[in-house]
Amino acid sequence: MSESARTLFEKIWRRHLVTAEERGLPATIYVDLHLVHEVTSPQAFTELDERGLPVRRPDLTLATMDHSTPTDPSIDDTRLRVLDPEGSAQLDRLQANCERHGVPLYAMGDERRGIVHVIGPELGATQPGMTVVCGDSHTSTHGAVGALAFGIGTSEVGHVLATQCLLQHRPKTYEIRVDGRLQEGVVAKDIILAVIARLGIGGGTGHVFEYTGEAIRALDMEGRMTVCNMSIEGGARAGLIAPDEVTFSYLEGRPMAPAGDAWEAALEEWRSLPTEEGAVYDKTTTLDGSALEPMVTYGTNPGMAIPIAGAVPEDDAIEPEKRASFRKALDYMALEPGQQLQGKPIDVVFVGSCTNSRYSDLMAAANVLRGRKVADGLRVLIVPGSDAVKRQAERDGLAQVFVDAGAEWREAGCSMCLAMNGDQLAPGQYAVSTSNRNFEGRQGAGGRTFLASPLTAAASAITGRVTDVREVLS
Amino acid sequence: MSNSFTRYTGTMAPLPIQNIDTDQIIPASYLKVTDRSGLASGLFSRWRYRDGDPEGEPVSDFVLNRAEHGAARILLAGDNFGCGSSREHAPWALVGYGFRAVISTSFADIFRSNALKNGLLVVPVAEDVSAALFDAVAADPATEVTIDLEARTLSLPDGGETNFEVDPFARRCLLDGTDQLGYLLNQAPAIQAFEAANPARLDTRSG
Repeated sequence: MSESARTLFEKIWRRHLVTAEERGLPATIYVDLHLVHEVTSPQAFTELDERGLPVRRPDLTLATMDHSTPTDPSIDDTRLRVLDPEGSAQLDRLQANCERHGVPLYAMGDERRGIVHVIGPELGATQPGMTVVCGDSHTSTHGAVGALAFGIGTSEVGHVLATQCLLQHRPKTYEIRVDGRLQEGVVAKDIILAVIARLGIGGGTGHVFEYTGEAIRALDMEGRMTVCNMSIEGGARAGLIAPDEVTFSYLEGRPMAPAGDAWEAALEEWRSLPTEEGAVYDKTTTLDGSALEPMVTYGTNPGMAIPIAGAVPEDDAIEPEKRASFRKALDYMALEPGQQLQGKPIDVVFVGSCTNSRYSDLMAAANVLRGRKVADGLRVLIVPGSDAVKRQAERDGLAQVFVDAGAEWREAGCSMCLAMNGDQLAPGQYAVSTSNRNFEGRQGAGGRTFLASPLTAAASAITGRVTDVREVLS
Repeated sequence: MSNSFTRYTGTMAPLPIQNIDTDQIIPASYLKVTDRSGLASGLFSRWRYRDGDPEGEPVSDFVLNRAEHGAARILLAGDNFGCGSSREHAPWALVGYGFRAVISTSFADIFRSNALKNGLLVVPVAEDVSAALFDAVAADPATEVTIDLEARTLSLPDGGETNFEVDPFARRCLLDGTDQLGYLLNQAPAIQAFEAANPARLDTRSG
């Protein structure tokens, strides 16, 4: 074991120390990219205005509209003001705040607009070795390119707007190693659901995950984003994957990525980032990727997940002190201990969210749906993560596959993941959803969510029931 | 709202559920506000009111609707409190309702950080302490505890006390009213030096 060998996390952390931690005082960490959206920023801008402060680095700040934007193509600005005056006012506030402070904003109608965690990598704004923050817990997504990226509260959004810095204590490191090759029908979403089921949703508290191993290295960039996205669902504020050739070829040529000599200089630096041989993590967990199956959740947090062919646990498999919460979750879901999920009738399928709304996610779903029809009476929403993803899917015929199958093809946004924009489940409805949270009421008051991969969602769309994609494909 | 905390004595509202996420504390439908006020009515609204509607009928057996816990300003909750979304609306709603502190065996990282910036003290306790507190409140809802941030102690119903951990910087800020943004702004020379030594590779205005 080498004394000086460092992890990816340690390297990024040390390179961003404005002042180090000492005598109980937190470190001051420099932020390379601050992403902003309409929901968690208004009070932070107010704080700046009340103190007469400017935004320190508008050139390192990027704002978009995503959480409460309509995805129904027939809703324009004028209709939105009537349908959702509060949401509309919040969007106006973001626009005014960004204009006043010179912060670039991708507003409604802008071709670069999309879910904040989709457009960051898509534009090449998110780069290896950076620190990236946003007032949104799924900021962990950007760790897929090898950036230290984490969600912050609105007070901290104000801190970053005003100083480009954050006060932070150094988290611990947690290696999540996934060895082996995934089986057919098993994808990135299944990896992360299996990880969270193993660790529990508080298992990563106080830690930064670093995902390693053959199954992780074999993922494309968008699969890596899916994995890192749900790090917060395991309690870790951030998840990291070391940058490699897959990362570099993804970033090369993107609008905000370095070009020319700057690209070469960046590459040299990025190649120095990966964790060195002999570096020590505070914790390590290993999973056998080749043994993983398509996963689906049965309860009201993302850790309550089982292989799709499995059954809801029996009471006696749950620790006694957790049994009351377990029964509360099953009551909410109207499920019984020992029940099979496969074959359970559903009302809605949602393909979207910062977890699974990128081009490859839509492609995976379209490949299952091509030439097939969605089940009678089932509502299927396909919500691309960004305007760019939407346009590409329309150019390449994916959108037509969805429309032909009988699904709704929507505008980009967060949509039914958190149901702020009117896209929501009715009380009692069941959904198979590619999003990240199955909390009570998350997708609409009284709605019940089964989290799964885009493949499982598409297979379930055809049958109208929770379905193992391997049965549809075989 | 006050961002300070020194010492508080009072009763507890028990919510013995694990993994209470911030969507339960304040549902997304309340996140369209552009200030920090007016969130108290949304606090736990899905559990607190029939159909989650604050205009509607209160759910009589939910802890905040029970007469014996109506005045409690300390929330006693299950493990991993505040997981999920980073929304600072969660502590704003808790503080808006009147809560001064939350006691649990653990807290999610972002919630903990947000709470401490809003004068809402998070008090982590061992499992046996948590169990004893739930038992004591069940036996007598009028059971009082004292949280002393200066001493970092929590008085227990059996007459004893236990120490709790709290981030020393957050503690100092709560005790003497230090303003965290002001503290950061005072570091301007160091920030400027860092920027001079580490020129940015990115310009978001170039997209």
